[in-house]
Amino acid sequence: MSTVDILFYLLSAFAIVSATMVLISKNPIHSVLWLILVFFAISGHYILLNAQFLAIVNIIVYAGAIMVLFLFVIMLMNIKKDAEPQKQLLVKLTGVVAGGSLLTLLIAVVKQTTQIENKQVLLKEGTIGLIHPLGQALFTDYVIPFEISSVLFLSAMVGAVIIGKK
Amino acid sequence: MSIQYYIILCLTLFSIGVVGVLTRRNAIIVFMCIELMLNAVNLLLVAFSKMYHGAALQSAANTTAGIDAQIFVFFIMVVAAAEVSVGLAIIVMMYRNTHSVDINFLNRLKN
Repeated sequence: MSTVDILFYLLSAFAIVSATMVLISKNPIHSVLWLILVFFAISGHYILLNAQFLAIVNIIVYAGAIMVLFLFVIMLMNIKKDAEPQKQLLVKLTGVVAGGSLLTLLIAVVKQTTQIENKQVLLKEGTIGLIHPLGQALFTDYVIPFEISSVLFLSAMVGAVIIGKK
Repeated sequence: MSIQYYIILCLTLFSIGVVGVLTRRNAIIVFMCIELMLNAVNLLLVAFSKMYHGAALQSAANTTAGIDAQIFVFFIMVVAAAEVSVGLAIIVMMYRNTHSVDINFLNRLKN
């Protein structure tokens, strides 16, 4: 087993355990902190796939901006730890069974698909994840969606301000 | 690394997000689980992009095949950032009106 394989398994186990902890934590602040750990694990996966630009953007945008926004809102609301009313046990059990069935079904489908058999993912190599090719594609082929996304940001900002002011 | 490991990892993360949406009542946690599902999809897109790139490299050196998926991931992150800002504003407004973030309060739309 090579180093890359060991890193893959470690990061995967780290991501799945942290994602489960997001669900089980009673305190919302702990959930946010566990979710930040999931994002760091996913960024590790991006680095393993040599998608360095996305790894950095994931850390800056998700862990740095979005999760801090979540933390701000939770601390602003001053929600008490035990204040969250729990769903009934039956509803919780149904949710877990439904999610587990979805996972089992999808994994069964993936196992049977013949098109992806023996397909390998290129790890550590390949230059498409670097800033230069990505920037080139973003500002030539995808320049119109890029500009539209700036309009989207403007409208989201206006919407957030209008909703928050009421 | 085979693509199937990546698919199974991303499916697991996505299902954890689904279970979170179904079982939690705190609106903020539900929102965080949606973010988790978005991230699982992002990781799968990058893995597929590298799979495609690796296959294309066999026939032609310095090709940029597979770069579209990474651009898509970038746009998904952009849309997620905009969505979070509006969604959290809505949750804050809901907290101001009901003094709770319990999503079961929202069933008043039913009547």
